[in-house]
Amino acid sequence: MTESSLDHPDRLWAAAEPKRSYDVVIVGGGGHGLATAYYLAKNHGITNVAVLERGWLAGGNMARNTTIIRSNYLWDESAGIYEHALKLWEGLEDDLGYPLLFSQRGVLNLAHSLQDVRDGVRRVHANRLNGVDAEWLGPEQVKEVCPIVDVSPDVRYPVLGATYQPRAGIAKHDYVAWGFARAAAAYGVDLIENCEVTGLDVRDGRVTGVRTTRGPIAAGRVALCAAGHSSVVAAMAGVALPLQSHPLQALVSELLEPVHPTVVMSNAVHVYVSQAHKGELVMGAGIDAPNSYRQRGAFHVIERQMSAALELFPIFARAHVLRTWGGVVDVTPDASPIVGLTGVDGLYVNCGWGTGGFKATPGVGWCYAHTIAHGEPHPLSAPFSLDRFTTGALVDEHGAAAVAH
Amino acid sequence: MTATERPVQADRPGEVLRFRFDGRDYEGRSGDTLAAALLASGVRRVATSVKLGRPRGIFSAGVEEPNALVQVETPFPEPMLPATTVELYDGLVATGLPGKGRLADRPDPARYDSVHAHCDVLVVGAGPAGLMAAAEAARGGARVILADERPEPGGSLLGTAETVDGLPGRRWAAERAAELGGFDDVRVLCRTTVFGHYDDNYVVAVERRTNHLGAAAPATMARERIWRIRARRVVLATGAHERFPAFAGNDLPGVMLAGAARAYVNQYGVRPGRRAVVFTTNDSAYPAALDLAGAGIEIAAIVDVRRAPGEEWARRCAERDIEVRTGHVVRAAVGDGEVAAVSIASEAGGQAREVPADLLLVSGGWTPVVHLFSQAGGALRFDEEIGAFVPGEIRQAVEAAGSARGVPTLSGCLRDGAEAGRRALAAAGFAVPDPAPPPAVEHEPEAAPARHLWLVPPADGADHREHFVDLQRDVTVADVLRATGAGLRSVEHVKRYTTAGTAHDQGRTSGLLTSAITAHALGVDVADLGVTTFRAPYAPVSFAALAGRDRGSLHDPVRVTAMHDRHVDSGALFENVGQWKRPWYYPREGEDMAAAVLRECRAAREDVAMMDASTLGKIDVIGPDAAEFLDRLYTNMMSTLAVGSIRYGVMCRPDGMVFDDGTVIRLADDRFLVTTTTGNAAAVLDWMEEWLQTEWPSLRVHCTSVTEQWATVALVGPRSREVLAGLAPGLAVGNPSFPFMTWRDTEVAGIPARVCRISFSGELAYEINVRSWYGLALWEAVEAAGVTPYGTETMHVLRAEKGYPIIGQDTDGTVTPQDLGMAWVVSKKKPDFIGKRSFGRADTARPDRKQLVGLLPEDTGRLLPEGVHLVEPGGTRPLGHVTSSYRSAALGRTFALALISGGRERIGARLHAAMGAETVPVTVAHHVLYDPEGARRDG
Amino acid sequence: MLLIPCPWCGPRDEIEFHYGGQAHVAYPDDPAALSDEEWARYLFFRDNPKGPFAERWSHSAGCRRWFNVVRDTATNEIHAVYRIGEPRPVIA
Repeated sequence: MTESSLDHPDRLWAAAEPKRSYDVVIVGGGGHGLATAYYLAKNHGITNVAVLERGWLAGGNMARNTTIIRSNYLWDESAGIYEHALKLWEGLEDDLGYPLLFSQRGVLNLAHSLQDVRDGVRRVHANRLNGVDAEWLGPEQVKEVCPIVDVSPDVRYPVLGATYQPRAGIAKHDYVAWGFARAAAAYGVDLIENCEVTGLDVRDGRVTGVRTTRGPIAAGRVALCAAGHSSVVAAMAGVALPLQSHPLQALVSELLEPVHPTVVMSNAVHVYVSQAHKGELVMGAGIDAPNSYRQRGAFHVIERQMSAALELFPIFARAHVLRTWGGVVDVTPDASPIVGLTGVDGLYVNCGWGTGGFKATPGVGWCYAHTIAHGEPHPLSAPFSLDRFTTGALVDEHGAAAVAH
Repeated sequence: MTATERPVQADRPGEVLRFRFDGRDYEGRSGDTLAAALLASGVRRVATSVKLGRPRGIFSAGVEEPNALVQVETPFPEPMLPATTVELYDGLVATGLPGKGRLADRPDPARYDSVHAHCDVLVVGAGPAGLMAAAEAARGGARVILADERPEPGGSLLGTAETVDGLPGRRWAAERAAELGGFDDVRVLCRTTVFGHYDDNYVVAVERRTNHLGAAAPATMARERIWRIRARRVVLATGAHERFPAFAGNDLPGVMLAGAARAYVNQYGVRPGRRAVVFTTNDSAYPAALDLAGAGIEIAAIVDVRRAPGEEWARRCAERDIEVRTGHVVRAAVGDGEVAAVSIASEAGGQAREVPADLLLVSGGWTPVVHLFSQAGGALRFDEEIGAFVPGEIRQAVEAAGSARGVPTLSGCLRDGAEAGRRALAAAGFAVPDPAPPPAVEHEPEAAPARHLWLVPPADGADHREHFVDLQRDVTVADVLRATGAGLRSVEHVKRYTTAGTAHDQGRTSGLLTSAITAHALGVDVADLGVTTFRAPYAPVSFAALAGRDRGSLHDPVRVTAMHDRHVDSGALFENVGQWKRPWYYPREGEDMAAAVLRECRAAREDVAMMDASTLGKIDVIGPDAAEFLDRLYTNMMSTLAVGSIRYGVMCRPDGMVFDDGTVIRLADDRFLVTTTTGNAAAVLDWMEEWLQTEWPSLRVHCTSVTEQWATVALVGPRSREVLAGLAPGLAVGNPSFPFMTWRDTEVAGIPARVCRISFSGELAYEINVRSWYGLALWEAVEAAGVTPYGTETMHVLRAEKGYPIIGQDTDGTVTPQDLGMAWVVSKKKPDFIGKRSFGRADTARPDRKQLVGLLPEDTGRLLPEGVHLVEPGGTRPLGHVTSSYRSAALGRTFALALISGGRERIGARLHAAMGAETVPVTVAHHVLYDPEGARRDG
Repeated sequence: MLLIPCPWCGPRDEIEFHYGGQAHVAYPDDPAALSDEEWARYLFFRDNPKGPFAERWSHSAGCRRWFNVVRDTATNEIHAVYRIGEPRPVIA
């Protein structure tokens, strides 16, 4: 579906006034919060739900990510939840009755050293055993999938191969948010914008409500979905999370005739690139090193990313950067999310998705809604409990899992 | 049509330049932009719009251009440039674009560069305010940088033809800039767009150095250069952009911003049309109309939505017989593909009148260019008088000056700039000299208040589908209304729903209009609704400029050893290991990799072989507490190591996972030489310094990297002692006098050397270390003794046969020393070391952890791919993966190392390597497969 | 690109520095005496405030010294810089 033929339904959602009480209050109206609200209603029949957003709906990381969707993660636990998400993505436009520009154009994760090759092959084999589509491609096959990648030996770190997940792809982030919002609103969920949570009420170890810039709201259960600001919000209930918040930048070029048919990611020559439906190149790279809640990063990170981009794609030389921006991501010690219980009754946490939250949107919404509805983790999100940091049973995705975006 | 539209200043100096546009040949003049030259040639349709395919003309005269996007084809294709910013050169070939550009299909031959600069005061914009600010700062002795995006200074003066101090504005600006150039510490940068304003006044700009030269551009000169400027104070004299109201057909070629038309006449001597209607909400369009009239353009009418313009403007129009229709609006620009007539009606309603015209000048007021101010973290506030957002509070040492903060007059801008310059001077700590008298300007008529008109409603019954808000994205008022109708209340949502403001021009002329229309639809105040966030870059900047020189071999430094040239001569193939180039293997004539590696392995196991081991990290650890320090870092005991001896050690992270390994040589009671893996050398040094400085500052230890100071040759194999004896006659090489894991200082091939008896292959072996400048000589001397060189692949095979792990290959950050079968390297005696506490956690004590084991494929010729996973026969659950896999000459078969869940318990068991549809049966074995009793190391 | 005033070298660009996270997190005196929860706190939990934050930096491409900085993570403004071993300054 092209941009110009897209016809949005007439009504997305209506601004709601906060009621005095809800069964479930979701803190954070981003993709995860909206998806959670939708699945709470659809899968569990829980519709007395408010989604509180301090700014405009889906205006945080949901509006700022590079929209890559894939499930080719190394560890079984990760593959489980991301593949669940990908399967939901594959039916999501029909499920939501809303166009998402979901395009399964595949993703290449390039290898530039012999160790990258070993890691890539390892991941391909692990993916296959976990039911995730994955192929190992040599440089010439990389060229067939994406002819503009420079696979010559002349570059500093030549492309030695790549993993390829054909079912991976991209979607239009805003439409995903609006699709979930519209569907949740249709179930009767209140979507409340410009409503910042300023406190969490906990009595006798149980959460009882939230305080907001639009007044107090009582709640049977409170579900945190405040990516970037998770530490700040959780601290309101005295819950400490092993998170650090960092800016992550992205950028787009002007509209260009199609040149890039897939998604390319490289960890060693650090950049990831796709070409969106309208024609702009969409790119990202690593996080800024220091903690920061500023939704912008440093310029040298962009410069480094562009040199990486031109190493891989020499024909991008005279494309222009049109716009750069940043989001705030919260990162865990093992680069895997935290989804589940907090130790405070009725208070649930979903955070730590780092740079990879968008692709998980339907999957985490599904599992988190289950967790909230049943008071215990969904099997697919159970490995991502907070107590893994005590037992040591980490899901260490930066050990060998190539890029974690 | 040829240059018939340039009757004004026909004698303007400047050479004739030939160019080609959309396949036709034209002529222009030096100093023209492509847009000016096209207008001069009567070309009005320049591009087509991206979504609706409507014809589009030239709308502005600068960087704010939303319509006239072109692709430059020669000397090298560059997409999506506004024709209003492309400087004409002889031989230019360009084509109009449908809102979408094309990348070249070949690499860009141009060079790009970057430069750092520091200054006391950075002034952005060399218009009236910026020139005055820079002049005042320079006069006070500050280091000043003045940057402007255009080819010459002057800003608005270039287009308005106003005089300053009795001089034409352009000349006045040139003289001021020349004066500035006379100061030692002042730099005036033209063709330099400041596009990013970051924390701590880190400001980045791109200087276009050769674009305007076309084929004459010197190949040696960087085409574009990024300026990374750190400024103590910044004065943003970035000017203002004219805006337009939404009315039907406001995108037709022939509709042009009034200030732009004025600039085409005054600056380029170009007539953008023959007969014009002017539609305005403010006084600024009047001097434009009068300048056009003076250039021979018939002004059919000035349509002013207000009750009255400034009195003096009304009088001047009357003197020239220019009709001013107040209280009227332009309902529509009418024409088939370009403006042919303008439909004018009373704002109150009533019958519209169509006035024939080929040009419609519009002015909806002026919007300060606050992009950089906002990027710098400044807050914006709505100014009711000018109907736009202006700079408010800011934490950084930044201020806006002149029209960038809404100052409406030339005299005001000159004064405001001077004051800003003086404030910057004072803030930067300079004595501020007495103020100079302000430059004299022409009489400035008293202005009547502007009216903020955003939308001219359609005639009865019509819709808003030709009322354009964002010309480049083809966004109309109807689109905005559809967004608000869908329930969207935030201007950010409206932007995303309609795509308004996301095009190449980033909404310079349309952003405020989008907000105003949205506010109108929602019944709120635009001041409360706000505008979307301003983001870098201010103007598009090429990928190549940002990448600069950090490409190809300069993308990341290449490190080579002292013996590198010899390896190249020997025909070695190289492996990238971190930044190092390491010989991978040395194929001989007719050998493939497998054959070469088998030969090299055989030489090491059966004869004598050599490897360049110089890339291993080497850190000198010196001080009275050095032994204590290493005891805390390594899992095993280092303080008991005798001087003259060597010990292998492992370092863990506090979480208990293996971080690095290597040998530790004790040189003296207070001095150790630590070796690290090649890729981890810097990380280990950083690690040591972090612990020393932040946790244990009381330890008297110093660490120094000496990796580059030493060259190392590993001499390996049963004949290594014999070769060493020949090369080092002064060294007692016998086993009793030079036992395993000791070192000796001696001479090898006449070179002072430290020889260590260590082995990463299980064979009798030595590592000969010399000062790096002797490395090549040492290598050649050893090779001349008939020794076979081998590379990293053979090294890997030899060590794997012995079960020695490679950190980063057989480990991945989730592996403990115990997992590697190296419980022996974990001290039980030391009360603590980094990582110890973590071994007691539930997960690190699990018996089913992945453990390093050997694998023997049942088919002894079958090489398992590294990375393949193991399953129980008939099962699918992955138990672990192959970390290393080789053909072994010594074992006469293939083998592998693997990390397998509960691996040591499985020794002797049969597993399957899962390779898609195929499974390969293997037997789990101990990870030491060759010479498990260690008989070979003493020769 | 922050401008970081190294207490040994003076103000330098951020790219010369290496970030070290929260300051004043001491290695436990006796790790063996800690419960798994307490050890996990030390290993993995660091403050993450939106506001003033005492953090460590190393001037890795300069003097290679570690030092501490109080920086506001909401604005990136640096309020104080001090050497290792010195107490965290009181920020008004």
